[in-house]
Amino acid sequence: MPELTKEIADAHPTPTAEPILEVRGLVKHFPLTQGILFKKQIGAVKAVDGVDFDLGAGETLGIVGESGCGKSTVAKLLVNLEQPTAGEIRYKGEDITKLSGRALKAVRRNIQMVFQDPYTSLNPRMTVGDIIGEPYEIHPEVAPKGSRRQKVQELLDVVGLNPEYINRYPHQFSGGQRQRIGIARGLALRPEIIVADEPVSALDVSVQAQVVNLLEKLQDEFGLSYVFIAHDLSIVRHISDRVGVMYLGRLVEIGSDREIYDHPTHPYTQALLSAVPVPDPDARLHRERIILSGDVPSPANPPSGCRFRTRCWKAQERCELEVPELAVPAVFRLEGGPTAHPSACHFAEEKQVVPESDES
Amino acid sequence: MLLEVRDLQVEFRTRDGVAKAVNGVTYEVDAGETLAVLGESGSGKSVTAQAIMGILDMPPGKITGGEILFQGKDLLKMKEDERRKVRGAEMAMIFQDALSSLNPVLSVGDQLGEMFIVHRGMSKKDARAKSIELMDRVRIPAAKERVSQYPHQFSGGMRQRIMIAMALALEPALIIADEPTTALDVTVQAQVMDLLAELQRELNMGLILITHDLGVVADVADKIAVMYAGRIVERAPVHDIYKAPAHPYTKGLLESIPRLDQKGQELYAIKGLPPNLMAIPPGCAFNPRCPRAQDVCRTDVPPLAQVSEDRQSACHFWKETLRDA
Repeated sequence: MPELTKEIADAHPTPTAEPILEVRGLVKHFPLTQGILFKKQIGAVKAVDGVDFDLGAGETLGIVGESGCGKSTVAKLLVNLEQPTAGEIRYKGEDITKLSGRALKAVRRNIQMVFQDPYTSLNPRMTVGDIIGEPYEIHPEVAPKGSRRQKVQELLDVVGLNPEYINRYPHQFSGGQRQRIGIARGLALRPEIIVADEPVSALDVSVQAQVVNLLEKLQDEFGLSYVFIAHDLSIVRHISDRVGVMYLGRLVEIGSDREIYDHPTHPYTQALLSAVPVPDPDARLHRERIILSGDVPSPANPPSGCRFRTRCWKAQERCELEVPELAVPAVFRLEGGPTAHPSACHFAEEKQVVPESDES
Repeated sequence: MLLEVRDLQVEFRTRDGVAKAVNGVTYEVDAGETLAVLGESGSGKSVTAQAIMGILDMPPGKITGGEILFQGKDLLKMKEDERRKVRGAEMAMIFQDALSSLNPVLSVGDQLGEMFIVHRGMSKKDARAKSIELMDRVRIPAAKERVSQYPHQFSGGMRQRIMIAMALALEPALIIADEPTTALDVTVQAQVMDLLAELQRELNMGLILITHDLGVVADVADKIAVMYAGRIVERAPVHDIYKAPAHPYTKGLLESIPRLDQKGQELYAIKGLPPNLMAIPPGCAFNPRCPRAQDVCRTDVPPLAQVSEDRQSACHFWKETLRDA
């Protein structure tokens, strides 16, 4: 879809001209099999089914969506923990899904991940020093053996932990501190891109803000690009330059934070935003909430046409027959302004759902 | 008053020492009213609820003081068989994780029907009919067909609605919902909270909503009790607290919510970590993290001071906090 990409690029001049990561037509199907000796494929869970986006250098792209929408699978594909079924992930112009061996190893150094659950993503039998230093075993060129301990202590300092804790074990730390250890491990190889999958969801409210601040500080310090995946829409808005909304394996809307939050044009985005409780009791009265009926359909058997149509209040026959493309809707294309951003809906129209969003 | 908790104290005796999970909690709920109990993990909000329901693991837990008056009677002085009659019929609880709270080897209908068979002495057939009625009430489509299905055949939101159905089965006077929507997606959370609020209105129940989500609280609560390290630090009607918090901890929580006008700036963060319950700091438990802490905070436990008629704050400097808000 070269035309489409051009359109997106035109509508969104990213801070730097060249995107550091380009994702095109990314697909991941997990086969469903039957039988023991002769495994027969009877279907597939279409976890990710055609996702396109760009990530600019130094930019934060937020990806939001509900459980099962494929956002975590996208994260795993980006860091090569899963092999895509189809599509390309271009890092500085080079398709990394085709790489192997030494070339792949070199690229993986530059794309690191921070996981959701700081309790299960750290090996309880390794010391903090071993956990953070482990990437150096795989990429010894980054830090020769003699300097590793010092490097690890520097990293601990960078993420706000006492460097003397190097010989402690994960259970001696609180959740927020463990997440800092996970972040330090992600930083060890000085990557350019960090994919953070729900990095603050498991943390207490008062600690979440600390970790979000840390991530922002590190971005400025090291010039990192983030793919920030979360379901907490207010935190995503705070940290992201651009936001993509996923539903059932596809991006349904993508744009700058203001375009998505203040001028959403896709009905799912509108429903999602309106469902978020607002921490203001006065908003109870003058707030319109869109309550969706039903549950997310199974990704093994997604609806034809638009995947959201089974829960959409606007759905018509066309939605059943025709898959809406992720492109700037024709009605907004000429008009320009904040509504002119890619939205995969046949009947896209603007609806303000977040109260008190002043335009100043 | 439907429920009054007075100066409740709960501790856990463990190998490593005594953890004081609840240190003198006082709150009340009336019929038709929603009280939100707000706090982080370890603040004692769930332990208080378990003590009210009488499902606290004892040992290691031990209720060392206080009283829990339910419709005027002290639950803590009741015998276990009296208490059992209250539990389920008069007060019921909705748990956070519906999948692990439902029995995976019994059909949903069996689990709902059990309430009627045990408490109301109904026949199996009548109980089944009642179960279908309940599932209809919590808007589970095709209730008649689905009543004999097992929990794993339902989605997360539906399982939570079944938990609600179970809690409502005997039309209790009080419902305690412990993080009822934390495990759910936002669009499903909105459905479930709406349903809960509607049924509460219909049956004029008292509702204690335990949560850490300031957004959910603002949406449904009438009044709030904020807990920290086993104590109530602030109690107030919902509008007052969001407008002007009278305790630095509440203020910190509200300020750490990302706001539009702060984009690109650092988020306000409460420094430090919640205290270890085996070594709660002397004086005010919040003092090591408090921007307002003075010497008096490190020595004297602040009493729950009356801010206004229906509002209290456990801070030595609540006047100053309120003024700056």
